[in-house]
Amino acid sequence: MINDTVVELSRWQFAATALYHFLFVPLTLGMSFMLAAMETVYVTTGKQIYREMAHFWGKLFLINFALGVATGLTMEFEFGTNWSFYSSFVGDIFGAPLAIEGLMAFFMESTFIGLMVFGWKRLSKGQHLLVTYLVALGSNLSALWILVANGFMQDPQGAAFNPVTMRMELTNFADLIFSPDAQAKFVHTSIAGYVTAAIFVSGISAFYMLRGRHKELARRSFRMASLFGVLATAAVITLGDALGFVGANAQPTKLAAMEAMWETEPAPAPFNVAAWPDQESQTNKWSIQIPYVLTPLLTHTMSQEVPGVKELEAQAAERVRNGIPAVEALKVLSADPTDANALAQFSAHKKDLGYGFLAKRYSPDQDVSKATNETIAKAAKDSIPNVFTMFWTFRLMVAFGLLMLAYFVLAVIFSLRRDIHRQRWFLRIAPWMIPVPFIACEMGWLTAEIGRQPWTVYGVLPTWMSASSHSVGYMAFSLAGFVLLYSIFIAIEMYLMVKFIRKGPDESESSSAPDYAPVSGGGVATAGVMMPRKEN
Amino acid sequence: MELYLFLKVLWWVLLGVLLIGLAVMVGMDMGVGTLLRFVGRTDTERRIALNSIGPHWDGNQVWFILGGGAIFAAFPLIYATAFSGLYIVMMLLLWTMIVRPLGFEYRSKLPSAKWRNMWDWALLVSGAVPMIVYGAGVGNMLKGVPFHFGWDLTSYYTGSFLSLLNPFAVMCGLLSLSLSIYMGGVMLMGRTEDDLYSRSQKAASGAALVAIVLFAIGGIWVSTMNGFVLTQSPAPGVAQTPMHQVVQVASGAWLNNFKTYPVMWIVPVLGFAGMLLGFFSVRGGKSTLAWWLGAIAWIGVIGTAGLSMFPFMMPSITDPSQSLTLWNSGSSQRTLLWMTGFTIVFVPLILWYTSWAFYVMRGKVKGEEVEADSHSY
Repeated sequence: MINDTVVELSRWQFAATALYHFLFVPLTLGMSFMLAAMETVYVTTGKQIYREMAHFWGKLFLINFALGVATGLTMEFEFGTNWSFYSSFVGDIFGAPLAIEGLMAFFMESTFIGLMVFGWKRLSKGQHLLVTYLVALGSNLSALWILVANGFMQDPQGAAFNPVTMRMELTNFADLIFSPDAQAKFVHTSIAGYVTAAIFVSGISAFYMLRGRHKELARRSFRMASLFGVLATAAVITLGDALGFVGANAQPTKLAAMEAMWETEPAPAPFNVAAWPDQESQTNKWSIQIPYVLTPLLTHTMSQEVPGVKELEAQAAERVRNGIPAVEALKVLSADPTDANALAQFSAHKKDLGYGFLAKRYSPDQDVSKATNETIAKAAKDSIPNVFTMFWTFRLMVAFGLLMLAYFVLAVIFSLRRDIHRQRWFLRIAPWMIPVPFIACEMGWLTAEIGRQPWTVYGVLPTWMSASSHSVGYMAFSLAGFVLLYSIFIAIEMYLMVKFIRKGPDESESSSAPDYAPVSGGGVATAGVMMPRKEN
Repeated sequence: MELYLFLKVLWWVLLGVLLIGLAVMVGMDMGVGTLLRFVGRTDTERRIALNSIGPHWDGNQVWFILGGGAIFAAFPLIYATAFSGLYIVMMLLLWTMIVRPLGFEYRSKLPSAKWRNMWDWALLVSGAVPMIVYGAGVGNMLKGVPFHFGWDLTSYYTGSFLSLLNPFAVMCGLLSLSLSIYMGGVMLMGRTEDDLYSRSQKAASGAALVAIVLFAIGGIWVSTMNGFVLTQSPAPGVAQTPMHQVVQVASGAWLNNFKTYPVMWIVPVLGFAGMLLGFFSVRGGKSTLAWWLGAIAWIGVIGTAGLSMFPFMMPSITDPSQSLTLWNSGSSQRTLLWMTGFTIVFVPLILWYTSWAFYVMRGKVKGEEVEADSHSY
């Protein structure tokens, strides 16, 4: 028997560890490319200030990176420890991108980051630059494979259920990796990381400019971050729209919940700017609407109808009914994989197998053959994610995205007019912008993953069935352990981060320490390439 | 030969390679962490020790992550059943392992002695505990784990946390720890001088002797304990679940494979030879040779465990006939083929750039350089 509390605690634990991990990942994704850009300018122009920038921002990058690595370790194993049914049920498909991520991306990122940090004096300029790019490439490829895996959960492409092995199996690898959801989400997410890094760099640079410290470094970092940021933010918004377009086809319940659309409105449907959705009565207590806007926004047409929650729930009830015989057939096949009647029954109903599973939770004794109209209705209701949460997490993410776009447009204007140092009001606001992309990223994660509910694999495997069969005690213990440990970690990380930001770039060191290996000959460089540091 | 059968065996071998790679590369860093407080008496000495693996620990750690990913991809049922069954032990492993990256990265960021001392303890715990858990995990596989499946392959673990820390498993854990201390000591010998060097040498030679004794005791223990025998099952090359086989338990059955194919005795002999010759080369100050001999010792130890269990990977003591073998817990042929393709392309690349990284960072780590470089740990 599956215990609701265990499933609930498992969900909390996964959400906590994933959200936590995702605090550090976006900054790594973006900072690695910004560091590569700074070093590129240094190597091509020879300007010392860009080397200082790479060193200074590199230090902050590493404080963040350590926690990204640490919290990432948990993620690789948590599917097995806490979602064992999920892991055996879809591991044939889902495991591959995780393993390939290790082979192709994570090894590269982690090996070269060692050389990036420790190799300044042992590598030539060109070699070190290459190493920095490989770190950036590795971290971004890593995101690609993780999002391929996540894409499968959102829109299971390239897989089918095999009654012989009682699990989902890969049928087409290309369909898996080129799944539209995976591709759209990869670009949207990684570029959200670039936005995060750009805000981080510009916010800290603004802090220095406000205090009149490290003027040259701050000015150049700010300009670079602003240009990087304005492009990235524009791209994130455009690509987010593309992702919504993909999702409209693949995950209608997510879309309906995100827009708090209870009824199927005739196209072109109105768009809810703000609303107070109530799941119980399936209405919005109040809403502010713009007519006609929703249909073109989601479907990029004026005529395509977008189904509302009520219609989707009715469809789900049909599918639950149709899926129950598939689950019953499966039980027979588990004992005898050759039973012809069961195989025929399974084939006839297999497209709704997942919905049959959905019935399990509400059926008496968790046995789908005992399902009643009432329990099927409950299962169908369960197929709709939490509308209120979806509606508002999504809007918060979008609002923050637009806020950042406005911020970067101004930042670029001031920066290119070269009067940013006179815009003190703007410099005062800038450091307060730093939390914004982090919150927006987390809201994006919540929108994507809460919107996937009640499924771990959309339409295929309910979340409720996916968790490991632990006791409540084990789950309470591990959840408490993670929360405690991670809270200590974040306190330490924030402390170091703030301390190193306040301290600023180490100017004495950068002017005395020689960098890079000498062009020829071995040994420790004492006469490396040295240039007097330019004071502005 | 049937393709699917071949792929299952290939991935069983590759999993072994990964577990060995993990043991060698991560074990070495863990060993340095464990030894840190003992070989480094001053802060500078400790920093030298840390920086000797500073450029490599992160890359090495990917062996561990890839190990998890590869089990997931190639043997999803093992990934699901083992990691959920060994839940509290896995938490112990994860919670100690995730402290380690912070230990490396944050320890020397502040000058405070208290701060650094705290991280040195953290590195000790996050070096020693995971290696014990790693060995104990393999030990528990040999003993068999109390789990069974429901009709839909939901796995249920019925043992307690303490039953995972049985004497045999703990002994395997200590064997794993001693080999990691050996590798850590040898690595430090290669990168340090003077006092650090001689203390590391002492630690490595002592650890080699302990490992020899524990490996011998383990061998005797395994020869008398209950092994599992697959007496009836679908053909190995056929897609299957663990629900359609018959398994018997017999004392000493883990030696059956060695009795059938005496040539396999080479593997445990390799283990002993690696440790013994390793001991002498440590004494002789040949750290590079000693490192490779340590790697051979690991091949011997993990190879021995794998071969004696073959074709079992995770036997069940609750219902032996639901034991997991490489025949019934692997991924589909298509997934294994794709994974093989990626492995063929990327593993040589990984070995190539990892070697390059070690080559670039070769040579002794000097105290004054560590102190002067603001990037060092």
